Amino acid sequence: MRRTPLTTAFPLLLAAGIAVPLAQGCKPANTKSAVTGNAASKVFVPPGQYDEFYNFVSGGFNGQMSVYGIPSGRMLRNIPVFSVNPESGWGYSEETKPMLMSTHGFIPWDDSHHVEPSMTDGVPDGRWMFINGNNTPRIALIDLTTFRTKTIIEIPNSAGNHSSPFITPNSEYVVAGTRFSLPLGTDAERDVPIDTYKKNFKGTVSFVHPDKETGKMSIAFQILTPGIHFDLSHAGKGPSDGWFFFSTYNTEQAHELLEVNASQNDKDFIMAVNWKKAEQYVKEGKGKMVPGRHYMNHYSDETHMATSEVVEQVLQLDPKELTDLLYFMPCPKSPHGCDVDPTGEFIVGSGKLAALIPVFSFEKMIKAIDGKDYEGEFDGIPVLNYESVLHGEVKRPGLGPLHTEFDNNGFAYSSMFVSSEIVKWNVKTLEVVDRVPTYYSIGHLSIPGGDSRKPWGKYVIAYNKITKDRYLPTGPELAQSAQLFSIDGPKMELLSDYPSIGEPHYAQSLPADLIKDKSVKFFKIEDNKHPYVTMGEKEARVVRDGKNVHVYMTCIRSHFAPDNIEGVKVGDDVYFHVTNLEQDWDVPHGFAIKGAQTAELLIMPGETQTLKWTPTSVGVKPFYCTDFCSALHQEMQGYIRVSPAGSNVPLSANTKAADAGL
Amino acid sequence: MLKGFGLVTILALAMACGGGDTSTEGASTPAPGGAPAAPPTDLITADQVKLGEIDPGMVAKGKELYDVKCQACHSTGTNRVVGPGWKNLLDQRKPEWIMNMIVHTDAMLETDPEAQAMLEECLVRMPNQNLSVDDARNVLEFIRSL
Repeated sequence: MRRTPLTTAFPLLLAAGIAVPLAQGCKPANTKSAVTGNAASKVFVPPGQYDEFYNFVSGGFNGQMSVYGIPSGRMLRNIPVFSVNPESGWGYSEETKPMLMSTHGFIPWDDSHHVEPSMTDGVPDGRWMFINGNNTPRIALIDLTTFRTKTIIEIPNSAGNHSSPFITPNSEYVVAGTRFSLPLGTDAERDVPIDTYKKNFKGTVSFVHPDKETGKMSIAFQILTPGIHFDLSHAGKGPSDGWFFFSTYNTEQAHELLEVNASQNDKDFIMAVNWKKAEQYVKEGKGKMVPGRHYMNHYSDETHMATSEVVEQVLQLDPKELTDLLYFMPCPKSPHGCDVDPTGEFIVGSGKLAALIPVFSFEKMIKAIDGKDYEGEFDGIPVLNYESVLHGEVKRPGLGPLHTEFDNNGFAYSSMFVSSEIVKWNVKTLEVVDRVPTYYSIGHLSIPGGDSRKPWGKYVIAYNKITKDRYLPTGPELAQSAQLFSIDGPKMELLSDYPSIGEPHYAQSLPADLIKDKSVKFFKIEDNKHPYVTMGEKEARVVRDGKNVHVYMTCIRSHFAPDNIEGVKVGDDVYFHVTNLEQDWDVPHGFAIKGAQTAELLIMPGETQTLKWTPTSVGVKPFYCTDFCSALHQEMQGYIRVSPAGSNVPLSANTKAADAGL
Repeated sequence: MLKGFGLVTILALAMACGGGDTSTEGASTPAPGGAPAAPPTDLITADQVKLGEIDPGMVAKGKELYDVKCQACHSTGTNRVVGPGWKNLLDQRKPEWIMNMIVHTDAMLETDPEAQAMLEECLVRMPNQNLSVDDARNVLEFIRSL
């Protein structure tokens, strides 16, 4: 039992950190006094004014990505990514269904943990945001001109895509390391007893390339690894550009009761990957194509629809043959966060069960590799000497270090889950210089640009796992709590608490100026290349194709055309292809029809979206606009008459144009 | 009574359809003081709109735009659909007023008494369909040809 010595080492911290959140009415004395007098003015954004930062937050178990303004903490948007969103038709409209396709079929949900920005020269460039799908391994790319998911790629030979989607300094690759190792290969090779873990289970880390022009993604190569668990990762930068670092656990290779059995070793590893070398091997043809069926789904803003491509194989590199690709650095006790400081020299492994934070030196690592300064090997991979690669240890930082972010003044900020605090320390001297309590049990933390080469600093946001008494009670389930701290001065200062949606893990904040002026306000109708677009009300019509009825419909404040349709029969599939003719910002129209077993559509100006509707009973069914669009919004409606199967009612629609009444 | 109802409705409209409001742009950091005033819009003036012989090429371009962006609400007759019919429109409206309604829709609805009177009658705020000045001039030519 490793936790016993920790408990005795820090009884006071434990009392403050664990006992408090669990015991109601036993708040620490500084809960209220933690906020100083001018905190309110630092987070107040007057009505009509904008926030300083966009804050992109993973939705955790809601599978989405939310957007907040910082410092106000106001929620601006919730972007549907991996989970269906009936409110906008995401995953229900014909155009968006392919986005959620995978080798497992249509997947309506995922668990999204980490948000990473596209980078140029190691600095966020405001073009894209990436987020991982943890459960059914995927990576999504979000376009920051539309705030929409543009591409989702499935990761083959992977399970639990946790150490993802961290990115190289010029967005060459976003990575995906498998959390759960698995038996790989043919069906026979994969159908093995679980207790043959050590013999048959393998891991992989994939390097996914986003195309600079299109934002489509492809798996450039995949590196086979020993059968251990990968947890988090970050790219090298500056001197360490060309390397990638992954934290690992379960080097015990346990397959049951991991809570106990994967916590036996004193040290697990930080895995260093020489990806420049891997690139070179790929060029030299040293990779091997292996089975790796996966989907790549891409949404086009020209056709306003998604298409799926299925890829059968991936290029795999085997470090047993290519022996200078991977190295292990021993890291105490199941490291979680794996963070690289802005200079690129220091790699911080947060051993979540350790009573210290080890900081590794890239320069020393290279020296150890060059001098073959190994303490052994693990499954054929060299294990470097801990002492040789260590810059030093942050002693007694607190309990349960999880993640580390950086400011622009040489300080690191580590989240301490067990002792519920943020600890600020000097990266060079490893001295702890400040600590603040968080309420309660902080997971990730985020500083604007905090994992980049040039942090903007200014704030740190704590994403707390436990809320308890911070807000008015709302039954057993409470919103997750975020806390904003100022880091401008020598002491961290709590500014505000605000609730969040889903279960935030990692987040990113970018200056508003990098994004706001590039925001798309509407789609130009003349550029609409949707195959079922209705280019003006005169084109509105209804067409039968066997059992399929295609309604070419337009909407504009405040009517649909056509708005009376007859000749549809029970058993038909009716496709409402609704084109929004508006050409102004923030004027979507909604489309809902009685008995739809799907959802509604929200159609942006200039866009075409399609709802498939299969009427199950005879009668006249209404449809209407759901998005309050004008004073005559309530009049924005129509009827569709459904006749029995085999009926002779001719197909008709009142597509008579406004023009007709001369 | 009727007058009062009209005013209340307009207020509600302005709130519900605030999409075209550009008055809040530019403040990327919290700044003291109230919301900035609406920026002045350079409306098109009479001397900028020169009418000569009707140009069939411009009429054709104007009709193309009309079919996609305008026809849902405006007939080419004299009847009102959502907005007024376009036949004989130039008997009632000056050419530059028509161009301004097309190009500077929101500014007109906020400042021009005639545009506001129309809104009171039609009750649907005219959408800004984001036509350029050249586009609007072609649409004007199409209106002239009716």
